[in-house]
Parts: sequence; structure tokens; C-alpha cells
Amino acid sequence: MTATPSSASLVVDQESPGVLLVRLSGNGREQGIRASEMLVQAALSAPGAKSLSFESANLSGWDSRFVAFIRSCSELCRSRQIEFRDGGLPEGVRRLLRLAEAVPEKKDAHHAAVKSRLLQTMGEHALKGWAGALEMFTFLGENLAALGKLFRGHAQFRWSDALLVMQECGPQALGIVAMINFLVGLILAFVGAVQLMKFGASIYVADLVAIATVREMGCIMTGIILCGRTGAAFAAQLGTMTVNEEINALQTFGISPIEFLVLPRMVALLLVMPFLCAFADLISIAGGFFVSVSMLDITPTVYLTRTIDAIHLTSFLLGIGKGCFFGFLVAYAGCFRGMQSGSSAAAVGEATTRAVVTGITAIIASDGIFAVLCNALGI
Amino acid sequence: MNANETKIQIQNLTMAYGSYVVMRDINAEVKRGSVFVVMGNSGSGKSTLLRHMIGLQRPAHGDVLYDGQSFWNTDDEGRRTQLRKCGVLFQSSALWSSMTLAENVALPLVEYTDWSPTDLKDIVRLKLSLVGLSGFEDYYPAELSGGMRKRAGLARAMALDPEILFFDEPSAGLDPLTSRNLDKLILELRDSLGATVVVVTHELASIFMIADDSIFLDAETKTMRARGNPAELLKHSTDAKLKAFLTRGEFSGEPATQTKL
Repeated sequence: MTATPSSASLVVDQESPGVLLVRLSGNGREQGIRASEMLVQAALSAPGAKSLSFESANLSGWDSRFVAFIRSCSELCRSRQIEFRDGGLPEGVRRLLRLAEAVPEKKDAHHAAVKSRLLQTMGEHALKGWAGALEMFTFLGENLAALGKLFRGHAQFRWSDALLVMQECGPQALGIVAMINFLVGLILAFVGAVQLMKFGASIYVADLVAIATVREMGCIMTGIILCGRTGAAFAAQLGTMTVNEEINALQTFGISPIEFLVLPRMVALLLVMPFLCAFADLISIAGGFFVSVSMLDITPTVYLTRTIDAIHLTSFLLGIGKGCFFGFLVAYAGCFRGMQSGSSAAAVGEATTRAVVTGITAIIASDGIFAVLCNALGI
Repeated sequence: MNANETKIQIQNLTMAYGSYVVMRDINAEVKRGSVFVVMGNSGSGKSTLLRHMIGLQRPAHGDVLYDGQSFWNTDDEGRRTQLRKCGVLFQSSALWSSMTLAENVALPLVEYTDWSPTDLKDIVRLKLSLVGLSGFEDYYPAELSGGMRKRAGLARAMALDPEILFFDEPSAGLDPLTSRNLDKLILELRDSLGATVVVVTHELASIFMIADDSIFLDAETKTMRARGNPAELLKHSTDAKLKAFLTRGEFSGEPATQTKL
């Protein structure tokens, strides 16, 4: 019929009606030969085709793409009941074809794309969500039981582990906690000052920074920093231990992973958080102090006096208490997602992501609940 | 101690993940002091069977009996007591990566004994020297080669002087020589400690070297296909599939490329 003018070429000849001969020449690795694949398919699709054979004496080379093309021809032939004669193909191509067809395609091996209805999908999601919630509560219960055991003094728990975690998430986090909270104090003071100056009330910047920091920002920012820093680390550690069968090894020795791995992390965060929060409060107020003294012409003494007057013990304790609770949430989210992790590298990554997402969501949501409660109780 | 006594009995064990049945109706007895091999093709559920025997996965049906006592029809506490008789070497060694070898071996001892630190240290050194790792007490698992990690895992499995030792694919990832040495070590420990050994493997060389008794799991029929000493099975069995397995496919006459992977 036609030939492509190229160093590599493919010509489809019709020797007698329906008997097709494909003449291959040149380098089968080149683009030219692939460009004319359509010709063969067109010839095979034409009515009356009876057999397909090849002539490849002038073919100088071939690659996997070429074999794939020949294979698609053979499959087309089979589906149209056209005789496929591979005699004229290079020896290597014929052997690869035979190997590819040695084990028939497993029909049920392909993952079927299941098309599900909207309602069905919603139902499945609801069930999954319910199962997830149950799992979460089970884990919570196990943790509380383990904490109870710890107080009664017979948990499989080592203080050395807890102290090590405390060091990792306490002193080593001071730098980042200081930096973020200083900036938050700075921002609070600055935004507040812009508004308050309009009323000539810049002196109240001190009150604003003090109250906002001690009640809300100090513990929230610290909680979020810890979630990204420590919660993610917990999830990754426990996830990797799951992958590595280390959790299974603990279980076969009758050692509870909850008591041995989760409890130290939880206790460490519960103990470290109050100190971190207090430190965050201090630094954040220092940030406000810096802005006020350098830009608002408020004397240091006045700023400090107003700050001390503004902070009530209840507000301070509320902030610290919330901080402790956020610490618990961070440890809980990190450990829960880590223990839940599947056994592959991707699963550990996913567990880490979910730990951070769960942790931050829980912190913000519970802070909202705290705000409502405090309002109702008049704290 | 009667050598013919049944140490472990697997009764009508059916294993499933949710509604997907992996294997059904497995029955086997393991004699005290013998080396029992669970063999089968990849994906036939060998390791799953092991997980059922060491309490990591609950059977869908059936039970495992240790010394005639039910393992699954009892509470967590009862299971924990029975597991104290068992030591497990996991496929990936599963050493606790945040602890040194000495701490790895010592942890079970600390949990279950009230020995003094000096005693503990001596025991740990003894266990590590039994597997040829004297002097590596303060190394972390990540600092060791695969073969050394396997041996350290074995030292930890032996920490509580178990009556039964489980091995999950002991030769996986080891070169032939290291894996042979590990096999020799298994036999040596069995002889000197009088332990019962259960090994999950598909390494033919290992199977013929260490097995006293075995079962062959088949993924297609979803049940055990044969039981007995592998060498005897090879001689007397008429099952083409089993013979193909035991001879690396040479028996069946099929070219290697045509067998299903």
C-alpha cells in the first residue's frame, strides 16, 4: 500500500486477497517504524483479512516498544480470528512473545473500577467514620486504664523513657517556642496599638497582650508547635516500629505497647506542657513589651505594672490547664495515628500527616469548647 | 520428660482476614524437642499461621493447644502466661531500635524477673555469646549487619529460656553461608536447651537440613496439603505439586518460566 520514506520502514503488502505480509526494514528502534503502525491496524481491520505474516530480514534492531506493537497485532489477530504467523519475526521477538503469552492474563487480577452510587458511598463513609470513632475511643480507654495502672504503680513503664521524651519535647523545643511566641506577642501588641492609638488608649496594649497571651495564645501556640514537632515525631516513631515488627515483638513478650510506648510519651508531655506554657507566656509578654516601649512611648515600668495588674491567677491557671490538656491531645493524636499505621513507608508518612491534622484540629476545637465553658462559668 | 509428648497442637485452625479465608482446617501436632517446619509458596499463609500461634492474630475458627492447654479459649492473662514459654525471632529481627543489644535482651528479663543488675548483665552477656555476639552489648541494631541482627534477635528470643522457639523465615535476606550457620545454630540450641522449634520457611536447603516434621500449605486449595518429614515426603509422596515444590520445579517437567510466579 504505502511506505514511509525513512531509514526505518514498514510496508503492508497484500499478496493475495486477505493474506497480509508486513515488510520491516531499517532500525526498529526508530520513530519511523512506529509512525506507520496504524497501517497494519487498518489493514487488519479491513474486511476479508485472513492471515498476517512478517518479513524482517532487513530489520537491524528492535526494542520493547517494537515487541509491544507486535503483541498488540497478535492480540488484534486473535480477536478477529486472523491467523498470526510469527515465523518471519526475529528470533528474540518470537521468544519474548511466547514468554508473554505463557501465563494467560489473570482476568480477576485487574482491580476493577467499582462505580458506586452516591448513597452507597455516603453509607460507606459513615460506617468508616463510625468505626474510626470507636477505635479512637478504645484507644482513649486503653490509655486511661494504663494511666490508672501507672498511679497504682504496676504499669510496664520506665521513667527513663519518659525523661528522655521530656528532654526531647521540653528543653529542646525552647528555641522554637520562644521565637514563635515572641513574634506572636509582637504582632498582638502591634495590631492592638494601631487600633487603641485612635482612642488615645495605647496604654491598654499591655492589658491586651497580657490577657490574650495568658488565656489563649500562649497555650495554643505552644500546643500547635508541639503538635508539629513532637506529635509528628511520635507518629513516625511508632509507625516505623509497627513496620519493623517491633510492636509485635513487644506483644509476644507480653509487654503492652500502650504502657511501654504510649504512656511515657503521654506522661512526658503532660509534665512538660505547664512549664512550656509559662515560658511561652513570659516570652510573648516580652514581645509586647518590646513593641510598646520602642514604638508607643510607654515607659517600661508602666507597661510592667499594667501587665501584672491585668493577669489574674485564674486566667494564668486556665492557660496552663489548657496547655496540659493540649499536651495530652498532641500525645494522644501522635501515638494513636502511629499505632494505627499500616506497614509500609507510605503508611508511616500518612500516619504522620494524620497525627498533625488530628492534633491541630483537636486543639482548636477543644479551645473553642473551653471558651464557651469559661464564658458560661464566668471565669 | 517424654520425647514423644505433644508440645503444640493445632486444631481445625481456620485463618481469615475479615471474610477472606486464608487457610482452613489446619491440624498438626508438634512433638516436644522436634523441629517443625511450616512450608509453602509465597503468599500461602505460612507467616499468618505463625501469627496465630504467637497470639498476634485471633483465629476465625479452631484453637492452638500448648501442653494440652487452650491458647485462644482463655483470657489475656492466660495467653500471656503461655507466651512466656515462647520465644520468637521475627523475619525483620524486630529488635527495638532505640535500645542497645544488651537492653534488647535485658528488657524481657527486667519485666519478668527480679534479678539484680549484675545478674542481668551476666545473663545478657551469656545469651549474646551463645549466638556469637560477645562484645556487641553496646551496639545499636542499626550498626549491625542483617545476619548479626538475626542472631541478636535470637539471643533476645532465648532471653527467658523458652520451651518453644518460633522462627519466621530465618534465612530471609541472608547469604547461603550465613543462613546455613543460623540453621546449625538452631539445631545446636534445640539439642542443648531441649527446646521445641517451629520454623516458617521456603528455603529448601534449610528445610532438608533442620526439619524433623513439616506441613505444606497450599494457597490454591486453601488448606494443608501434606504432613511429615520433608525427606520422606520427597521420597514417598505422589503429590505433584508438593514434589515440584521440594525439587524447585524439576520434578514436574515444566520449564521454570512456565510455572506461576
